[in-house]
Amino acid sequence: MTDDFSRLTIGVLALQGAFIEHVQALERLGAQARQVRLPGELQSLDGLIIPGGESTTIGQLLEEFQLLEPLRRLIGSGLPIYGTCAGTILLARDIGGLSQPLLATMDLQVERNAFGRQLQSFETDLRIDSLGKAPFRAIFIRAPAIRSVGPGVEPLAWLEDGTIVAARQARLLVSCFHPELSGDDRFHRLFLAAVLEAQQEASAQVDRAS
Amino acid sequence: MQEATYTVKKGLAQMLKGGVIMDVVTPEQARIAEDAGACAVMALERVPSEIRAQGGVARMSPPELIEQIMDAVTIPVMAKARIGHFGEAQVLEALGVDYIDESEVLTPADEVNHIDKHAYKVPFVCGATDLGEALRRIGEGAAMIRSKGEAGTGNIVEAVRHLRAITSTIKRLGILGPEEWMSEAKRLGAPYELVREVAGEGKLPVVLFCAGGVATPADAALVMQLGAEGVFVGSGIFKSEDPSRTAAAIVKATTHFREPKIIAEVSKHLGKAMPGIELGAIPERELMAARGW
Repeated sequence: MTDDFSRLTIGVLALQGAFIEHVQALERLGAQARQVRLPGELQSLDGLIIPGGESTTIGQLLEEFQLLEPLRRLIGSGLPIYGTCAGTILLARDIGGLSQPLLATMDLQVERNAFGRQLQSFETDLRIDSLGKAPFRAIFIRAPAIRSVGPGVEPLAWLEDGTIVAARQARLLVSCFHPELSGDDRFHRLFLAAVLEAQQEASAQVDRAS
Repeated sequence: MQEATYTVKKGLAQMLKGGVIMDVVTPEQARIAEDAGACAVMALERVPSEIRAQGGVARMSPPELIEQIMDAVTIPVMAKARIGHFGEAQVLEALGVDYIDESEVLTPADEVNHIDKHAYKVPFVCGATDLGEALRRIGEGAAMIRSKGEAGTGNIVEAVRHLRAITSTIKRLGILGPEEWMSEAKRLGAPYELVREVAGEGKLPVVLFCAGGVATPADAALVMQLGAEGVFVGSGIFKSEDPSRTAAAIVKATTHFREPKIIAEVSKHLGKAMPGIELGAIPERELMAARGW
């Protein structure tokens, strides 16, 4: 718990949605946050958060402002990404045939608005082993659900009925709920720790190469 | 598992931030709005400029129209109830809309009281012309506030007045001492606890959007720079010459509100904006923003 995140610059995709809440969570943990709206703002990031919002709106703006391809390239080169809610939808390869612009880089089958409309939005306590013993207050807003995952994907959190609501694949992390609304920064800490780990791996590779 | 907590109600408004909520009167318009990047739509029978032109009593939209619009899009759907008309609000909740707008655009049903919004599982957005009105609505349970502006005019002047009234009073609260909060609460006609909270946080406890008069991408950029967290566009889209392009342009301007070059680019070749109305040309008793108590 003594990780120093102060050297990390984490982008927060700021096209639409609850991006300020992620900026605040990152700053509480000591990392630098940069709002990203244009391709130039993707330069030299250590990680990126794709926030909650409307996935159709964010997807269209990603396309309009030529962010889809640069982001796919960064994901391909191993940039750690954390997606919440709409971010999960944008990262998934399969959203059940809906046609909307996606990054489509993670082996997830995701159902949009899986629990219904706003009246079915809810909050609940989840036991998430990667975050320690204390339950995590998870807020689901017109949330998606992860219906199935590919072989390389590790599910991290489940609802009582077994629905997968958080997962990790290599350096991609997603949650269907909103840790940025709960004031509990453990999920963001998990992501930043993974960013640090990715950097250490990269520098170890450079050392071996030289 | 808990549904309809205040966190969950406010949470949807947080997800709408940085976005544009568009008035639509048909499922086709709803799809055009979604394709243009709207973060939500407001299902209506008539847009405000038509209500203004046609007169008569403006009521909640027909349920079957609201349902058709809900079926047409994957984004959230809001619908309006008259001020104080909890009978309409109950119907809208039964339909399962995502947000209810207790709106001055419709003819008020109660000239003293607003709806007790705590009593509903569905969240409410309400209009406000100043901070006192905003905090009264939040006190009643509103989970989102929009500055009122003057709907259906295509004239941004009232939106600017109301937004500035809200934000400048918030700033003023920040420099007051705790001993001044009660008299400020009295002056604003606002609950003391909310005045104290705003003084401490320097912002409203719920999301603040701007409504009433946004007709161009530059209008959207203006109100976003004045502190709005997102924009409602009523007649401004589907009363313009090219609704699809105008809608997409206002969405882009709302995202890139600090990038004048992008706003210039997206503002090109949009055709005519909706016809506007000078505020002085509207008789005082027809001003919608004055409705609300």
